[in-house]
Amino acid sequence: MSINRISNAFAKRTANNQSTFIAYMMAGDPDLAISRELLLGLPDAGADIVELGMPFSDPVAEGLTIQQAAQRSLLADTKMAGVLSLAKDFRKAHPDTPLILMGYANPVHHMGWQVFAKAAAKAGVDGMIIVDLPPEESDPFAKALTENDIALIRLIAPTTVGERLPKVLSGVSGFVYYVSVTGVTGDAVPDATEVANAVQNIKLHTDLPVAVGFGVRTPQTAQIIANCTDGVVVGSAIVATMHKTGVKAAFELVKKLADATHCKT
Amino acid sequence: MTKKYNSSYPDDHGRFGDFGGRYVPETLMPLVLELEQVWKKAKTDPAFIEQMDGYLKDYVGRPSAIYHAERLSEHFGGAKIWFKRDELNHTGAHKINNCLGQVLLAKRMGKTRVIAETGAGQHGVATATVAARFGLECVVFMGATDIERQKPNVFRMKLLGAKIVPVTSGTGTLKDAMNEALRDWVTNVDDTFYVIGTAAGPHPYPEMVRDLQSVIGREAREQILQREGRLPDACVACIGGGSNAIGLFYPFLDDKQVRLIGVEAAGKGLQTTKHAASLSGGKPGILHGNRTYLLQDDDGQIADAHSISAGLDYPGIGPEHSYLHDIGRVEYLSATDQEALDSFQLCTRLEGIIPALEPAHALARVGDLAKELGNNGLIVMNMCGRGDKDVFAVAGHLGIEI
Repeated sequence: MSINRISNAFAKRTANNQSTFIAYMMAGDPDLAISRELLLGLPDAGADIVELGMPFSDPVAEGLTIQQAAQRSLLADTKMAGVLSLAKDFRKAHPDTPLILMGYANPVHHMGWQVFAKAAAKAGVDGMIIVDLPPEESDPFAKALTENDIALIRLIAPTTVGERLPKVLSGVSGFVYYVSVTGVTGDAVPDATEVANAVQNIKLHTDLPVAVGFGVRTPQTAQIIANCTDGVVVGSAIVATMHKTGVKAAFELVKKLADATHCKT
Repeated sequence: MTKKYNSSYPDDHGRFGDFGGRYVPETLMPLVLELEQVWKKAKTDPAFIEQMDGYLKDYVGRPSAIYHAERLSEHFGGAKIWFKRDELNHTGAHKINNCLGQVLLAKRMGKTRVIAETGAGQHGVATATVAARFGLECVVFMGATDIERQKPNVFRMKLLGAKIVPVTSGTGTLKDAMNEALRDWVTNVDDTFYVIGTAAGPHPYPEMVRDLQSVIGREAREQILQREGRLPDACVACIGGGSNAIGLFYPFLDDKQVRLIGVEAAGKGLQTTKHAASLSGGKPGILHGNRTYLLQDDDGQIADAHSISAGLDYPGIGPEHSYLHDIGRVEYLSATDQEALDSFQLCTRLEGIIPALEPAHALARVGDLAKELGNNGLIVMNMCGRGDKDVFAVAGHLGIEI
């Protein structure tokens, strides 16, 4: 059911020759109540899939924008239980929109791989991305997720080449998340030609949809990237707009980004 | 109950029992796997070993002396105390043993830029020193709080040509510096080698740093056998990440009769939240590439460590120590800020050796141990750094203006 939700979301856009728009936000930034308002409004603003960031004290793959969002969230005393309660509210309001949780290993490990997977499934979560859990370390969590019908979405980086690429892809479900640049979130702007080549290469090894993230901030970039892939992820730009101007401005940005992503040329 | 020590660790997954591993973002994974292969080859390559030995002798000044701390032994009344004097190394601490090996490895891999995190500044200074010697660009990440309390080392690094990047995120200490170094590494993965300063991080770092620091224990073992005709009853070392301790302990791990004692930083006391004792006050978790004991809250968020010593101010510990703790081969004790300050002054007055605040923690437990072992006992303590860098901070704590 959960993994199907993800496939259906991509299939719907692909059928219209469109790319899928994935919006990222940080749970609990600036507090649970306001982030709930943003979360619940994202599908209507145009997000096909929502990625909900779980705050962590030491997020080593994040640029300053998402680091600070995590800090604000933790300062507001966001707990993992709170993140899961947001997921539950989202599922109630949006029965068909896929929800992915993205974060770091320790808070999940602290709860226990099994316990967490079960709780996430109960809250209606469809997929998980754990940035610091490469294939070499993911077996126990992957097993727990499979048992609970949650997709384990893996990151493929520009450095994932040669024999490693099929190896990393072998355990993926849901979709493939291609990290467009070697760097942290919200940093350098991806090179469209390089991204197109990388996506082509990934598709030689998998039938799953490929989404591209890291460094996509504007509708212009979103559209360029949308042309060479199945999905576009935007995070830092939404988080920054939300922080500076509020929920309404974030919805406006999401709408522009979604429209640009959906408008494949 | 003590389980048997497995000397073949880490295994193929980079694990020491349940600890260690490679918990890094995918971008770094291929590089970490490559480094593992390069290290495997280098450590048994006669040319690399000869090169290392040459620089350790002529540039670092090894072997470091072993010294009978006679007046301290008399003062405590009991066992005979020997210092392994790694504070006499070039740059004033054990850190350079490791930096030398890693920078030579960086050269071997064709990297042109090295990065490092630093707390007390000793690892930063050692990395900047070796980078200067081999003509590599060097960037050191240092917490803003630490920059303030370690000004002399900051200036030394600048003199050596390193760029210092102040880190303001979190509490601006060692953990945050390591986060920022990892972010830099993810971004500059092609040309950059990350010189990790302690026996932690993703595999192969814990193994590599241990192997490079084991020169301390190998020398100490040989020296004490030569001077005393027998192995010591106990080896003692302070622990932040644990590189000097694992370096001293490793060659003694199979000598069951030798007690091995690590001393963590208890800060303002283990009963408070202001300490850095990951084994005594933490739980297993995942941070900075490895599964190990960590100070963390009930929700798996990493807690801030505290210690008077910037070099021990870290909420984690190397994974091999977590393993040695769980099997009971090494005893882990702790010493408070105040005990370290007292030992710092005692050692300075009685031996004419100004210890760094880090080994001053170890010395705080050596006194109790000397009494416990009695007159026939033998203790080797790793004097892993000199205290010149700490004189300003100590003056501050003693309420003296200089």
